[in-house]
Amino acid sequence: MSFPDLSEIPTIDKLGVEERVNRFCKRSIKNIAKQYGLHLALSMIDLTTLEGKDTVEKVRRLCYKAGHLHSSLSGLPNVAAVCVYPNFVRVAKRQLQGSGINVASVSTAFPSGQSTLEVKLSDTKFAVEEGADEVDMVISRGKFLSGEYNFVYDEIAAVKEVCGKAHLKVILETGELDTLDNVRKASDIAMYAGADFIKTSTGKISPAATMPVTFVMLNAIKDYYKKTGIKIGMKPAGGISTAKIALQYLVMLNETLGDDWMNKDLFRFGASSLANDILMQLEKQESGIYQSGDYFSKD
Amino acid sequence: MSKINQKSSWNYSSALESTDHIFLKKQYDLFINGDFIKSNSKKYFNTVNPATDEIVARISEGNKKDVDLAVRSARKAFKSWSKTHPKERAKYIFRIARMIQERAKEFAIIESIDGGKPIRESRDVDIPLAANHFFYYAGWADKLEFAFPNKNPKPLGVAGQIIPWNFPLLMAAWKIAPAIACGNTVVLKPAETTSLTALKLAEIIKESGLPKGVVNIVTGAGNTGAEIVKHPDIDKIAFTGSTKVGKLIQKSIAGTNKRSTLELGGKGANIIFEDAAIDQAIEGIVNAIFFNQGHVCCAGSRLFVQESIAKTVVEKLKDRMSSLIVGNPLDKNTDIGAINSKEQLTTINNYIKIGKQEGGEIYQATCKISNKGNWCPPTLFLNVSQSHTIVQEEIFGPVLAIQTFRTINEVIEKANNTAFGLSAGVWTEKGAKIFKLTQELNAGVVWANTYNKFDPTSPFGGFKESGFGREGGLHGLISYLKFD
Repeated sequence: MSFPDLSEIPTIDKLGVEERVNRFCKRSIKNIAKQYGLHLALSMIDLTTLEGKDTVEKVRRLCYKAGHLHSSLSGLPNVAAVCVYPNFVRVAKRQLQGSGINVASVSTAFPSGQSTLEVKLSDTKFAVEEGADEVDMVISRGKFLSGEYNFVYDEIAAVKEVCGKAHLKVILETGELDTLDNVRKASDIAMYAGADFIKTSTGKISPAATMPVTFVMLNAIKDYYKKTGIKIGMKPAGGISTAKIALQYLVMLNETLGDDWMNKDLFRFGASSLANDILMQLEKQESGIYQSGDYFSKD
Repeated sequence: MSKINQKSSWNYSSALESTDHIFLKKQYDLFINGDFIKSNSKKYFNTVNPATDEIVARISEGNKKDVDLAVRSARKAFKSWSKTHPKERAKYIFRIARMIQERAKEFAIIESIDGGKPIRESRDVDIPLAANHFFYYAGWADKLEFAFPNKNPKPLGVAGQIIPWNFPLLMAAWKIAPAIACGNTVVLKPAETTSLTALKLAEIIKESGLPKGVVNIVTGAGNTGAEIVKHPDIDKIAFTGSTKVGKLIQKSIAGTNKRSTLELGGKGANIIFEDAAIDQAIEGIVNAIFFNQGHVCCAGSRLFVQESIAKTVVEKLKDRMSSLIVGNPLDKNTDIGAINSKEQLTTINNYIKIGKQEGGEIYQATCKISNKGNWCPPTLFLNVSQSHTIVQEEIFGPVLAIQTFRTINEVIEKANNTAFGLSAGVWTEKGAKIFKLTQELNAGVVWANTYNKFDPTSPFGGFKESGFGREGGLHGLISYLKFD
């Protein structure tokens, strides 16, 4: 792949995007469709803990939760992955052995990305050697905003090379990019540089994922696919905390990229509290009653 | 180019709007002098649900004597209504607006049952806008002296108003609100396929305590409308509908003292420049032509795409068309509902046939269509030019004709090269280009980077065969006033 032709990137009309997103939110998802959607959303979750106060114990608990979401409901899928800092990859990997759940690691001086390429590469290398199946890197937003697009591109390409077999998710941190035009431009640069997934946010900056931002990225993925035949995945992260919002994202995905993207290989939710809300909704679908939050384990 | 797989395994379960709380009578009479009365003709005709072919109710057919009675009651009411303190007039209009809001859901459902439009549109567009029109013109009632200083504005008298079937309640609001705010009285005839919401509005008007005879509603078909147009004691005709009928009306009132405003057909040009935000422009194209099944006089039925992006735009448009949900108007997920009547479906199908015969390349989205009711899938034609019938004539259905252009002057010439002049859309990132086009396009409304946006404060109306006179905004008052 080579550096994208920036002059070919279409402009984005913010009002138009918001209007379209509004339409997705008005879809009414009920009964079987809701059941299907909730199961799907659950299977797409990257259960995440990215805190300064994370410990081995905390990570171990989260991993156990990932494989045992809610025993009173049968036929539940597992979440897609557990997302941790590089130093917890090994413990997560051991804990999740044989479960089919991936371990994702953030890297490249997450969340700010303010470091040297050398440090970023060794950060990534360490995560991969520890056994990370997926790497979530951040782009250099400062460089992007000062117009050094080639720098951003080269950095992503270098990290991709270090990743080897591990899947690379590129975090654009859209909350710092400010405009939808920038989001589109960063999406294209990331895809052309070798991203397997593009991801909205670190979760450390507000706003994190929003539907308009995700919609612009989905359209970028669509255009890239039409041009190259390569399917890039999408991961909105941060701020998606309820089943209702997750379903709205899935409607948007369904009506933008279609069936091929409706699976965990090409779509993820980066979230920590979303799983329990979905479980609560599924219980309600089954029993007809909303249960107290205390019936769902908080790990 | 790789294709997006639009066939989804995630089918949205049906999300039907409940109709349990809707009360409809089996038979509706005329609303004259504040009461529902039997028609002199004693005849009734059926109003049908266009999505199921089921008969919804029977509607009274007003004849010459009914129209005469309605005009006489309007004339009588005019004497006191025109002298009623404007603030008092405003109170009634505000009350009607609030009552529409209170019963919005009921109105939306009936509008969808009777007319076939998706509940999403009747709920989010038609009914709220109708209420807003009453609110807006209620506000003007006591400010006419300020709107037209030193001109001593006075009401005209009795207005005969004839409205179409595409936005039944909204068109009734467009007509009634400014007329009675200015102190006129009204005889209104709804379209024969969609009388129900106007009759529901009559119930509200009765409940609101509006003095008897200020608003009279006479249902019926073309003949009933003709009686209104011919009636000697009517001061003004306001008509929204086809250009053909508009011409007949003008002939009929020639030589009389009647004033008129006509809002007629259109063949709106929707122009996409290469520097436009393409994905949003695609959405704009869809909204311009497929909104309300294309039953919109200002629909963007002629699409002009700059040659350099034509391939991309067509490809994306086809993708988008296949994700549109055509189906039961009462389903909250429906994007495109039923064609309003069998007659209209025949007209549309006839144009599609002509389009094919004249060599146009047709594309239709595949969609499951019920064998009952009137349906037309979203349709587009490529390989057509200004000389094709489907580019020249108004189809009034979900059929889009696509042409390309190279330069701005070329597209202006083509866009203006039509008998109509109602609306246009411009999609570009360049402000200067937008202003050039708004200056040079012969259209009553030009939308920039959006389409089919309506607001009570904004005047609406056409040039050339699209009619004359403006509705909405301050301009909408002028048609119902005389000045010193």
